[in-house]
Amino acid sequence: MGNVVLVTGVGRHLGSRFAQVIRDQPGVDLVVGVDVQPPSRPIGGAAPYTFVGADIRRPVVARVIADHGVTTVVHLNVSTTTLGSTSRGAVKETNVIGTMQLLAAVQKAPSVRRLVVKSTTSVYGSAPRDPAVFQERMQPKVLPTGGFAKDAVEVEGYVRGFSRRRPDVAVGVLRFANILGPDADTPLNEYFALPVLPTVLGFDPRLQFVHEDDAVETLRLAALDPRRGTTNSGTFNVAGDGVMLLSQAARRLGKPTVPMLLQAVSFMAGLARRTGVLDFSPEQLRLLTHGRVVDTTQLRETFGYTPAYTTEQALACLAAAQGPGLLPPARVAAWTDRVARTLQVTPETIERTQG
Amino acid sequence: MSSAREQAWREEREAKVIPITKHRGATVPHPAEAPEGSEAPEGSAGPATPHAAEAVAQAVGNALSGPLGGIAGRLLGNGWEQRAANGLAFLRRRLTGDYEIDEFGFDQELTEQVFLSLMRPIADRYFRVEVRGAEHLPAEGGALVVANHSGVLPLDALMTQVAIHDHAGRHLRMLAADLVFVLPGAGELARKAGHTLACNEDAQRLLENGEIVGVWPEGFKGIGKPFADRYKLQRFGRGGFVSSALRAGVPIVPCSIVGAEEIYPMIGNAKTLARLLGLPYVPITPTFPWLGPLGALPLPTKWVIQFGEPIHTDAYPPEAADDPMLMFNLTDQVRETVQHTLYRMLVQRRSVFF
Repeated sequence: MGNVVLVTGVGRHLGSRFAQVIRDQPGVDLVVGVDVQPPSRPIGGAAPYTFVGADIRRPVVARVIADHGVTTVVHLNVSTTTLGSTSRGAVKETNVIGTMQLLAAVQKAPSVRRLVVKSTTSVYGSAPRDPAVFQERMQPKVLPTGGFAKDAVEVEGYVRGFSRRRPDVAVGVLRFANILGPDADTPLNEYFALPVLPTVLGFDPRLQFVHEDDAVETLRLAALDPRRGTTNSGTFNVAGDGVMLLSQAARRLGKPTVPMLLQAVSFMAGLARRTGVLDFSPEQLRLLTHGRVVDTTQLRETFGYTPAYTTEQALACLAAAQGPGLLPPARVAAWTDRVARTLQVTPETIERTQG
Repeated sequence: MSSAREQAWREEREAKVIPITKHRGATVPHPAEAPEGSEAPEGSAGPATPHAAEAVAQAVGNALSGPLGGIAGRLLGNGWEQRAANGLAFLRRRLTGDYEIDEFGFDQELTEQVFLSLMRPIADRYFRVEVRGAEHLPAEGGALVVANHSGVLPLDALMTQVAIHDHAGRHLRMLAADLVFVLPGAGELARKAGHTLACNEDAQRLLENGEIVGVWPEGFKGIGKPFADRYKLQRFGRGGFVSSALRAGVPIVPCSIVGAEEIYPMIGNAKTLARLLGLPYVPITPTFPWLGPLGALPLPTKWVIQFGEPIHTDAYPPEAADDPMLMFNLTDQVRETVQHTLYRMLVQRRSVFF
C-alpha cells in the first residue's frame, strides 16, 4: 500500500494549495482533506481525493484515519483565525483541542508513519530583550503569554509529547515566518493591504517573509520521504533569506506609514478586531513593535531546501499583486529624478559637462 | 559679486517667464528657445504633456547650467553638482526603500552617510579624539574590542565607533544594554547603527560572521559611577564576553578611553527619581539639572582612545569556553590591561581639556 495523506485545514488557502500539490506526487495513492468547510476552489491533481467535512475537535477524525489507512498526517489547522468565526475562544479551541484530538487519534493509528505540523516563528515571541536571531534550539526570554503564539507553543508541546510516545512516527514541525502571497489569507497580508500603515512610534521592526509557494514546497518535502542526505523530521525555521524593516517594506509597497504611540495603535487594533474590520491581534502588534528574525541554516543544510523567494522577493510579489499604493516607489523616484534634472545634476549631465 | 548675482536673478526670472508663455501659446517647444546643453522635457513626462511646472524646471535648469552655474559653484564649492547628485541618489534610495539591512537590522548606508557624518564633527572638533594603536584592529575577520565605560551617556561608545570606522575602515558592532532596546526611538536607531543586545547568542553570531564587536563590560556600573571614582574600572560583569571570543576564536583587543570620564562630572545621583523613571541612575552634575538643557552639554574634554595589543584566543581549544577558571583569568587579564593603560595615559596627560 502506498501513501495516504490526510490534510487538516484544507478549507484554507494554504491547505487547499498543499492538497493540490500533494495529489500530483508519485507514490501518493489518496489524499483526504479534512475541514469544517470545503475549500472555495476545486482541488485538482492526479491522485484520488476525498473531502471529509469534520471538525478536528471531535473524535470523528480517528475514524477517518482508520477508515482510509492514513500513513501521513499533515496538520495545517493551526491558524490565527478560523473559518467563519473570529472569536478568540473558538480559534484557541481549534488550535489546541483540535491538535490534541488529532494527536490522540494518530497515536492509536498504527498505519501512520509521518506527521507534519505547521507552526509559526511566533513561538519565539517578540520582545526587546530577546537575541536578535533565533535558532531552533533557543528558548525565548519571555514566552508568549496569549493569542495564537501561545496556542502554537502549546501545540508544539503536545507534538513533542506525541513524538515521545510514538518514536516510530517521523515528526516534522515547520515554524513558518510570516507567509506572504498574492492570495494568502494571513494577518500580515491583510495588514499590508491597508492603504495607510499604522506603525508604532519609535520602533522599526525587522521582519522576515516566506512566499506561499515556498511554504507549500517546504510542506511537500516534509510530507514525503526525505531525499538522500537530508532529514525532514525535527523542528525547522522556514523564512526567506534576508531581513527587511517595516518602514522599508512600506516604502517598497508604496504605502505611507502613520507612526503612532503604542497605546494608540493598540487601542485602534482592539477597535478593528472588535468591529471585525481587521484581525489585528496583540501578538501581531508585538511583532510590529519589536520584530523577529530567525536563523534558517537548519532548513538549508539539514532539511535541504533553500526558499526560492527571498524576503525581498516575497514582498515584491505582494507589491505586484496589490498594485501601486498611495506613494508608489516609481513615482517617488520620478520626483527625485525630476529635481536632479532641474538642477542638472544627474550623473549623465555631470559626465557630459566634465567630459 | 552683487551685480553678478543680480544679473543672474534677472536672467533666471526672464528664463522662467519665457517658457511658461511659450507653452501656453504653443504646445510644441520651439527649437530655437531650447538652449544647448539643457535637458529637454521629453525625457520625463513625454512631449505630449508639457506642464508649466516642467517648463519652470527646465528654465531653472538652464539658468543653473548657464550663468547661475558659476555662482552656485562659487558659493557651494567645486564639485557641488557631484555632491548634489549623490545626495539625490541617496534620497531616492531611501524613499523607495531600495537598500539592504543585515539580520541584526544594521543599515550600512544610513550609518555611513548619516550617523557617522553627524558624529564625526563631535569626535574630531569637539572632543578632538586622538586614536592610538588602530593597527591592532584586524583588517578583516572578527575581533572583540573591550573598553572602559564612562561619562553618564554612552558617548564613549559612539566615539569609538567613529574612531574604528575612520582609522581601521571597519564597522564596530556594539553590544548595548537592554534598556536601549526598550526605549522607543533609541532601540530603532541603535539597531540601524549596527548595535545589538548584549547577550551571548548575538555576540557569538556577530563574531562568527567576522565582525568587530565592541563591548563595555562594566555596563551601568561603569558609565554611572561617581566622579570621585573616575578611571577606576568596575567589575567586568560575568565575563561572558570572554567565552564568546573563545568560542569564535577571535582576538580580544583591549581599549582604553581617556577623557570621557570628565564630560559629565557626576557628583550626585537622584536615586528616587531614577527608581520612579525606571532608569539605572539620574545624574546630578555641576551644571545639570541646574542650567536646564544647557547643562546637558558635555564638557569639551580632550580624548585619547588607545587600542592595545590583541590577546589571542585561537590557541585555546573551543571547549576552553566552558572552563570557568580560564574565563576568570582571561577576564582579569583584559581588565588589568585596560586599567594599567588608563593609569599610564593619565600620567602622560597634560590637561583634561588640552
